[in-house]
Amino acid sequence: MVNTAPYSKEDILFILAGIVDPEIPVVTIQEMGMLRDVILMDDLCEVIITPTYTGCPAMGIIEHDIVELLIQNGVQNVKVTTSYSPAWTTDWMNDGTKEKLKNFGIAAPIHSSCTNWLNPKSVIVSCPRCNSTHTTMISQFGSTACKALYKCEDCKEPFDYFKCH
Amino acid sequence: MTKQEALYTYTLRLGDNALIQGHRLSEWCSRGPILEEDLALTNLALDQIGRAQAFLKYAAHIEGQGKTEDDLAYKRGEREFYNNLITELPIGDFAYTIAKQLLISAFEFYQFSELSKSSDETIAGISAKALKEVRYHLVHAQDWCYRLGKGTPVSHKKLQQAFRELWMYTGELFEMDEIDQLLMQDGTAIDLMSLRPDWLNLVGSILADSTIVLPADTYMQTGSRKGIHTEYLGHLLSEVQYLQRAYPDATW
Ligand SMILES: [Zn+2]
Repeated sequence: MVNTAPYSKEDILFILAGIVDPEIPVVTIQEMGMLRDVILMDDLCEVIITPTYTGCPAMGIIEHDIVELLIQNGVQNVKVTTSYSPAWTTDWMNDGTKEKLKNFGIAAPIHSSCTNWLNPKSVIVSCPRCNSTHTTMISQFGSTACKALYKCEDCKEPFDYFKCH
Repeated sequence: MTKQEALYTYTLRLGDNALIQGHRLSEWCSRGPILEEDLALTNLALDQIGRAQAFLKYAAHIEGQGKTEDDLAYKRGEREFYNNLITELPIGDFAYTIAKQLLISAFEFYQFSELSKSSDETIAGISAKALKEVRYHLVHAQDWCYRLGKGTPVSHKKLQQAFRELWMYTGELFEMDEIDQLLMQDGTAIDLMSLRPDWLNLVGSILADSTIVLPADTYMQTGSRKGIHTEYLGHLLSEVQYLQRAYPDATW
């Protein structure tokens, strides 16, 4: 068994930064804020991740990707731990990440302090294609747990909005 | 009863409510009235099943016998489940499911608001996470109550009837026993009875805005705290647990 000594915590985080979200392959799990921490022990590398939603089906794939990638890099003994606290929030995404989402066709989440959860229709969401703010929510629930379904009244295209969480 | 035994059962209750409610919601998959609703109801199911996984995993950890969340979901009998009876009732028609969703989501909103302050860090963490999801569930149910209540005479009648039928299952949501009392001493458990006035206010105002009459409190069903269920849970479990019963320990 290879011990984890040749790698520092930063090295491991750097390696893991390459793993993309299986459902939104333009952003990494680090950019999404799902990669929380790495704890190095003598013969064990523990990676702490947090789910976007409790039932996020991508978690199993992400866990598998983490173990696989670290083994390829010679870290044999890997443990992936799921932590729920602090609860994941879309506020952890920076502007660069939000820009990537937009270019991928997903309207980025607005800051959680700007939403009134009791009245989701009060939120103004811009169309990721034409930037129009003349948009309508079709459903709070879309193709994945983290997205709502919108349509643009100007370019007439439907699009996903990454729900504020 | 030791604190560990109490905490195990308390966590099972939280996990079982989510598992059974999640399974019922999943029955809407491919049967929703419109495509968007099909997606919405299955998204809600996914949140519940994710929550069930988290709580049952913790319950298995507390029990300390090396079980997994799957063992607890698939290998317990009917009398060992502690979910509220309302969660196991069949999905009925769409109005019935919406009424059920409103009653449960409004309850969970207050329940997880309080439990996110629990002195048990794991329960508090999962609850804080669940609370964010429950808000979406509540708004979803609320919107549909408005639409059905103020929609056609038929939708109004069906929604009103659903609330009348379900009301006798709402008393149990707030029931407490010696497990709650024991765990309230150190701030692990919450006082469910104290949530009822706020819950009743919220449900009452949404129903009023939907032109639906709030049913009067009458006889309330009970039993789940002791593992006594309606006839529906056994049938539900026979489906959920079929594979593990037919092929014990099967994996794929
Ligand atoms: Zn547009």
